[in-house]
Amino acid sequence: MEFTCLSKGGCFYLPPCHMLNVCGFRIQFDCPVDFSALPIFSPVPSDLDVLSDKELSSHLGHGSLDLDNVSEETEKPLDVGSLIKAEPCYKIIKNLWNPSFTNIVLISSPMGMLGLPFLTREKGFSAKIYATEATARLGKIMMDDLIAMHMEVKQFYGSEDDAISQWMGQEDLKLLHHKLREVTFGQNRADLSGWMPLYSAADVKDCMQKVETLRYGEETCYNGALVIKAFSSGLEIGSCNWTINCPKRDIAYISSSIFFSSNSMEFDYLALQMETIIYSDFSSLEFMNDVENDTRVPLIDNNLQPLGKEETLANLLSNAAETVEESEKLYFICSCAIQSVESGGSVLIPINRLGVNLQLLEQISASLDYSNLKVPIYFISSVAEELLTFVNAIPEWLCRRRQQKLFSGEPMFTFVELLKENKLHVVPAIHSPKLLINWQEPCIVFCPHWSLRLGPVVHLLRRWCGDPSSLLVLEKGLDVELALLPFKPMSMKVLQCSFQSGIKLEKVRPLLKVLQPKVVVLPENLSRLIDTNTESFTVFSYSEGKSLRVPNLKDSSELEIASDSAMSFCWRKLHQGNINITRLKGELSLNYGKFKLLSENTEVAMYQRPLIHWGQPNLENLLTVLSKMGIEGSVQQEMSDASNNVRVIHIHGLTTGLIEIQESRTIISVVDRTLSAQIFNALDSVLDGV
Amino acid sequence: MAIDCLVLGAGQEVGKSCVVVTINGKRIMFDCGMHLGYVDHRRYPDFSRISASRDYNNALSCIIITHFHLDHIGALPYFTEICGYNGPIYMTYPTMALAPITLEDYRKVMVDRRGEAEQFTNDHIMECLKKVVPVDLKQTIQVDEDLQIRAYYAGHVLGAAMFYAKVGDAAMVYTGDYNMTPDRHLGAAQIDRMQLDLLITESTYATTIRDSKYAREREFLKAVHNCLASGGKVLIPTFALGRAQELCVLLDDYWERMNLKFPIYVSAGLTVQANMYYKMLISWTSQKVKETYTTRNAFDFKNVQKFDRSMIDAPGPCVLFATPGMISSGFSLEVFKRWAPSKLNLITLPGYCVAGTVGHKLMSGKPTKIDLDKDTQIDVQCQVHQLAFSPHTDSKGIMDLVKFLSPKHVILVHGEKPKMAVLKERIHSELGIPCHDPANNETVSISSTLSIKAEASSMFIQSCSTPNFKFLKRNLIDKIDPDLKDLSYKAVRTSNMLIRECSNPHFKHLNRNLDAKFDSSLSCGPELQVSDDRVNEGILVMENGKKTKALHQDELLLLLGEQEHEVRFAHCRPIYFGSLDEIHVKDSLSRKSLWLSQLSFKLSTELSDRNVQNLGEYLQVESITLSICSKENCPYRTTNRIENESTAMVFCCCSWLVADEILAWKIISILEKHDLGST
Repeated sequence: MEFTCLSKGGCFYLPPCHMLNVCGFRIQFDCPVDFSALPIFSPVPSDLDVLSDKELSSHLGHGSLDLDNVSEETEKPLDVGSLIKAEPCYKIIKNLWNPSFTNIVLISSPMGMLGLPFLTREKGFSAKIYATEATARLGKIMMDDLIAMHMEVKQFYGSEDDAISQWMGQEDLKLLHHKLREVTFGQNRADLSGWMPLYSAADVKDCMQKVETLRYGEETCYNGALVIKAFSSGLEIGSCNWTINCPKRDIAYISSSIFFSSNSMEFDYLALQMETIIYSDFSSLEFMNDVENDTRVPLIDNNLQPLGKEETLANLLSNAAETVEESEKLYFICSCAIQSVESGGSVLIPINRLGVNLQLLEQISASLDYSNLKVPIYFISSVAEELLTFVNAIPEWLCRRRQQKLFSGEPMFTFVELLKENKLHVVPAIHSPKLLINWQEPCIVFCPHWSLRLGPVVHLLRRWCGDPSSLLVLEKGLDVELALLPFKPMSMKVLQCSFQSGIKLEKVRPLLKVLQPKVVVLPENLSRLIDTNTESFTVFSYSEGKSLRVPNLKDSSELEIASDSAMSFCWRKLHQGNINITRLKGELSLNYGKFKLLSENTEVAMYQRPLIHWGQPNLENLLTVLSKMGIEGSVQQEMSDASNNVRVIHIHGLTTGLIEIQESRTIISVVDRTLSAQIFNALDSVLDGV
Repeated sequence: MAIDCLVLGAGQEVGKSCVVVTINGKRIMFDCGMHLGYVDHRRYPDFSRISASRDYNNALSCIIITHFHLDHIGALPYFTEICGYNGPIYMTYPTMALAPITLEDYRKVMVDRRGEAEQFTNDHIMECLKKVVPVDLKQTIQVDEDLQIRAYYAGHVLGAAMFYAKVGDAAMVYTGDYNMTPDRHLGAAQIDRMQLDLLITESTYATTIRDSKYAREREFLKAVHNCLASGGKVLIPTFALGRAQELCVLLDDYWERMNLKFPIYVSAGLTVQANMYYKMLISWTSQKVKETYTTRNAFDFKNVQKFDRSMIDAPGPCVLFATPGMISSGFSLEVFKRWAPSKLNLITLPGYCVAGTVGHKLMSGKPTKIDLDKDTQIDVQCQVHQLAFSPHTDSKGIMDLVKFLSPKHVILVHGEKPKMAVLKERIHSELGIPCHDPANNETVSISSTLSIKAEASSMFIQSCSTPNFKFLKRNLIDKIDPDLKDLSYKAVRTSNMLIRECSNPHFKHLNRNLDAKFDSSLSCGPELQVSDDRVNEGILVMENGKKTKALHQDELLLLLGEQEHEVRFAHCRPIYFGSLDEIHVKDSLSRKSLWLSQLSFKLSTELSDRNVQNLGEYLQVESITLSICSKENCPYRTTNRIENESTAMVFCCCSWLVADEILAWKIISILEKHDLGST
């Protein structure tokens, strides 16, 4: 098995991307889009500051205006003018191989799917794509929304095909502010080939047709050899971890997972008890840079030392502390939102996490009720209605608490009630008539896009950025300085918080203890924290861009032999005793990762003469057997060649012949066919053979 | 190993479905239904047959419920709460959500309206459902280490599923009720092709073949419309769930199209609440309904309203959905009593009614009076329309499913005895599958698959799975030259599919077509034979106390730590090569090679399907070697007689392994002929 990490991802919105080569098949895990670079583009200008034609055509602000002055020392401070004024492009993960070599693509979450149309439109792409039904649906919804938001920008800049890549011209790039250049290329000044113009709706449609959807726990078989299953990871509705079984290896792939989830089905970790574990949850390392220096100490907490009993482990994993922490966070956001609303400001929540939004929606509306505030909540997105209808009709993908509501006859989400009571308004766009009629301030708005460059958030942020009593809720990980650049000066309050995006560092070890793997493939940073000597498994650590070979654990595969063909075997007991041996015949088939030997019904099993012999024939025994058969022979006394220890038996009778017994072979030389067969049988009985 | 199948209910009848199957030590109860036609002990399956000591928790591994109909789930609260079963119960999400409604509805009917002592309480129902584990379709559930179950879409009602169960090598499917054709709101049953030892299938319509559904729907709509147009009332007795929603979709759609204004009522809050469930569970409906639900939920009915009891005698035409379906009791019976005497009114009946119910009486003949009990007699004047569409599969569907799954055995349940006998015979004669139709409380035992597990070495697997092409020529004397071999190899690679598809993969002709197509330079005569001779052979080694191993022959000796002892046959016999005069070559070495090439030519012509190799010193065909023997006293020489001094005679030494014995003797006979031919 060979494992290559193509990207270790960044945040919730950018899951890692890997390539795995197993059993001769190439499997890609996830295909995300890196939106973190999107803020280098300027958002669509508002009506007030329409760009002049000249400015538009030059694409870049200041730089192109006074070319001569540009030098590294005199670079102007980063401001709104530095941003690229063009139709944005999107950064994808670079595949090191030709996409047509990929056999399988496994999508673990809706976020891991957003780059898929880039891949599927590549020439020669023919891999099978697997995703859970819910991931596929949510991914499609998110892609549709992205296209809709992008359309607004595209319409503004016009849709000349060449305009898209114009800013990529070498000359223009040099003029980019050094900070933007850093974001664009990363530290190592990679090339621009990872930047792509956005896919079209047709690309998405085409892509979706290639996606094969699965339910949690559903078995699917690739090419007879691989059995692939998805199990809930708890991160987001429909998101999953994978198990891959092939004849020689059982693999579990752990993506970012959450033990307790308030919407999606809980992390089904017990299903991942496999020999080999590929650990791909980088969330615990996300903010580790801040604490890098003091986490050199291996991850052995005192309470972890007496680990061993399954029960204590299970308790540790099901320890709900993280849920409390999360709900405290939400509670804090709610209280901030209420404060803003009370002081007459509005609240803008551009977070693209379905789970977090659903929870915030529920809690904020409850807090509003509690504070007796009549403030409308808007959910503005081209896909908002579809999204809500969808999540209310998929109990199989939700957490136990939501399911319980269904079983007791209640709606699974409170938004159903909120919609009925007209407290929540779901509209496709900021200019929808339904919104214009109902618009009321202060209000609470959920809308995309978290990069603050696309979607309704741009317009609302322009409206409220000067209002000190309004509140903007952002997710940690976003470069706030750059993201808020076009909206300066900002008087609006900004609340930046991080939401749980994976397995907590302290649960990694207990989890691995429970899963009892033999081999664990860990990210380099994480493997440094695990003392490999004390663990019962072997650790292989990987880092971005490097291929890692993991040796095979077993040399044999399991074979099932149909009982009807087994019945026809002729077993032979070896002279040395407790070993029985037989020739095996049949048709080998590989299905669902298992080898089966089916009987060949064309041939009736018959006794077959042994084709291979071993051991040394005992001369006396042979003579006895021969005489029982009525064949007389005598051992030739004189040794012609004493050196090579050849013994010869002469056969007397109607036809003569001889048996020449050498060190490692016997030669039968008899003219008569029947007799020679008889002698062979006699010899066979004194030797071992099959 | 055997699979034992104890039929506790729905054996040669419809009602109280309950089958207990024992596979490889695991015991699964499929369905736990009640019989609606009985009020005494016969309404429940005879659970005591599962365990004499009534220790059901140890006797059963799990219970699987296929759908929420009473004849499949009705006895479950009784079994769990009264009989004390505490083990796992599996059903699909919709079944789990809808089961309490059906059960509670039934309980109320029994207690409130019939005045019976209750068999179980509402709390019992709720407690019972707490033990349920909901499952999704196609999800493989590991009940315990050995038992695996999986649900497949059955299409009968919302959430109905067929269940697959596997223990070790033995596998089976229990269908529950299913429908092989999609209806207004549900899709058709869907299942994977699997290796099954046993299929237990329903057989409600064991002998019926139904025609187009749309004609029957039109018929129904016409009957309803006519009745309403002439001022009559339409009573549609249905169960709260399933049929009610399908007919609502049908009527609502018709009302829209025809712009009708007649009120459609659903009794109590029951169906209304059920509709809410349907909205949340819409992903379990048909593809068509699913695709449209983001724009308009098919279960948001525009023309459907709630019915109030006081409206029973209100004048004017209307349509009313009332429970229960077979007019056995409850509200539908109440309304039936009032509406039956009028000729204007219409009663629709479901496709199937359990014996003993009013519905059953209406179906059998055209009664004008129905005796409800000793004191009550109902005057029946109204029109009766029997719904000809049913959510059960017809006999063609059953046959299709059996054929598709091709199990080793079939057991029929949930049907009428005489019709089942007919179907049983058909399955046996047309599909050649043994079929059983046990009566209640009978056990059927069938044998199940057992396979031997072995550890297969990589070399064995490789030798079995690597193609092992051989190229054999016809009328081609020389060895295949390497270029040619290469070309034909390519040709084979491309025609791989063709070869694989043929039933016998071992020996195939590459026909002219392919020759022409791939290379005109393949001028190797009319036919090139290609064989993909996969060596599906190995050696199985069983050592006491160790795992059985499957090996390649070459690995065996290494494993045993033994030295091979080769057993060969040898012959040295004279061959005659024409007269001595013809031989001009004096040099013994070149003479030898001349003879060998003559021999090689001869053998190649005679053995066109073998590859005769001239290796200079000797000829080789498979394991057989032939060489010119110049020894004075070869120990293998069979004769020293020289028959004809005038011809050139040489001795030829051949040697072979037992595997090529037949070929060796053939070659020897060719050699004999050779000398005859030359003299």
